[in-house]
Amino acid sequence: MNSDHHVILRVVSKMLLPVIMMFGFYTQFHGDFGPGGGFQAGIIIAVGVILYALVFGVPAAMRAVPPVFTRSLAAIGVIIFAGVGYWALLQGGNYLEYQALFQEPPGEHHGQHVGILVIEFGVLCGVAGAMLTIFYAFAGRVAEIRDEDW
Amino acid sequence: MTGVLEGDIGMALVNILLLVVLFVVAIAIARLRSLFAIVLLSGIYSLVSATWYVVVDAVDVAFTEAAVGAGMSTVVLLGAMLLTSRTAKPDKKFARLGPLLVVVATGVMLIYATVDLPALGDPNSPVNTGVGLQQMQINWADTGIPNVVTSVLGSYRGFDTLGETTVVFLAGLAVALLLGFGERSLAESIRREDKLPVRGKPSTQPGAKQEDAS
Repeated sequence: MNSDHHVILRVVSKMLLPVIMMFGFYTQFHGDFGPGGGFQAGIIIAVGVILYALVFGVPAAMRAVPPVFTRSLAAIGVIIFAGVGYWALLQGGNYLEYQALFQEPPGEHHGQHVGILVIEFGVLCGVAGAMLTIFYAFAGRVAEIRDEDW
Repeated sequence: MTGVLEGDIGMALVNILLLVVLFVVAIAIARLRSLFAIVLLSGIYSLVSATWYVVVDAVDVAFTEAAVGAGMSTVVLLGAMLLTSRTAKPDKKFARLGPLLVVVATGVMLIYATVDLPALGDPNSPVNTGVGLQQMQINWADTGIPNVVTSVLGSYRGFDTLGETTVVFLAGLAVALLLGFGERSLAESIRREDKLPVRGKPSTQPGAKQEDAS
């Protein structure tokens, strides 16, 4: 007799996880055209990892996405965002002036598209990393959650 | 108020229904003592308010509310709740009077303020005629991005968004500095796994069988 009474939860969440991640990236790259953007996408991706941690245990999630990686990811996200500003500075524009990224005249929008895409990626990394760091900080203090505690 | 009565009666009913659900959930949160139920109800509160934001056409806000309010903050509150006790302390009768007075006074002031608010979607309201209208007109020529919310967040207000990202990063950093990085549980599980074969338990899937081990 199998004593694992969370088996339905495990199977269903295993099937849902790729969909959640895919939806996160859809939110990220569709932000130019509809609702969404880096902030929401970062949260959705972080929540996907958190769902994994809730169902399979925090140590399993920490092996898949190590805490070292999440806290570096948060810092790297901010660096990416700020780096776009310095890229514009190096091209002779103002800080975060996307029009200056490829030194375009006012009518062209290539720099705007690339700039917003890159900073949204920075926001995604920063938010997902920071949220996972916060979750690990809270959840990592409780070594084990017994079923009676609920 | 006149806008609700003149407009679509079905939309008004949906609005009223959602706001009543919000009200009931808020009352339930205020009356409950079990922290677990309160955390879950606050998640429901966020989800219902996200639905209501969709009804009033604030899709981006609804998206954020559903992701942050219902998803993330519920999980963080659950994690925080596990570190403390499961029920709130019962408070004294007289200690409730002060907060009640503050809440009633704030409520009366807010209701008084709604009298001067323009109707929902009024094209002549200051929000829709000033900077908002100008931004809608120049956005396509300036940035070539269809979603005005994204272009305002990323391009016009790039500094703000950089500041927000930094704030999120600093929040994560502050929590990690206060509570630690949470690697203790990982180290503990690795140590326990070394012991598992000694107890004669064949663990084929160490990750999946963790919870049943204790």
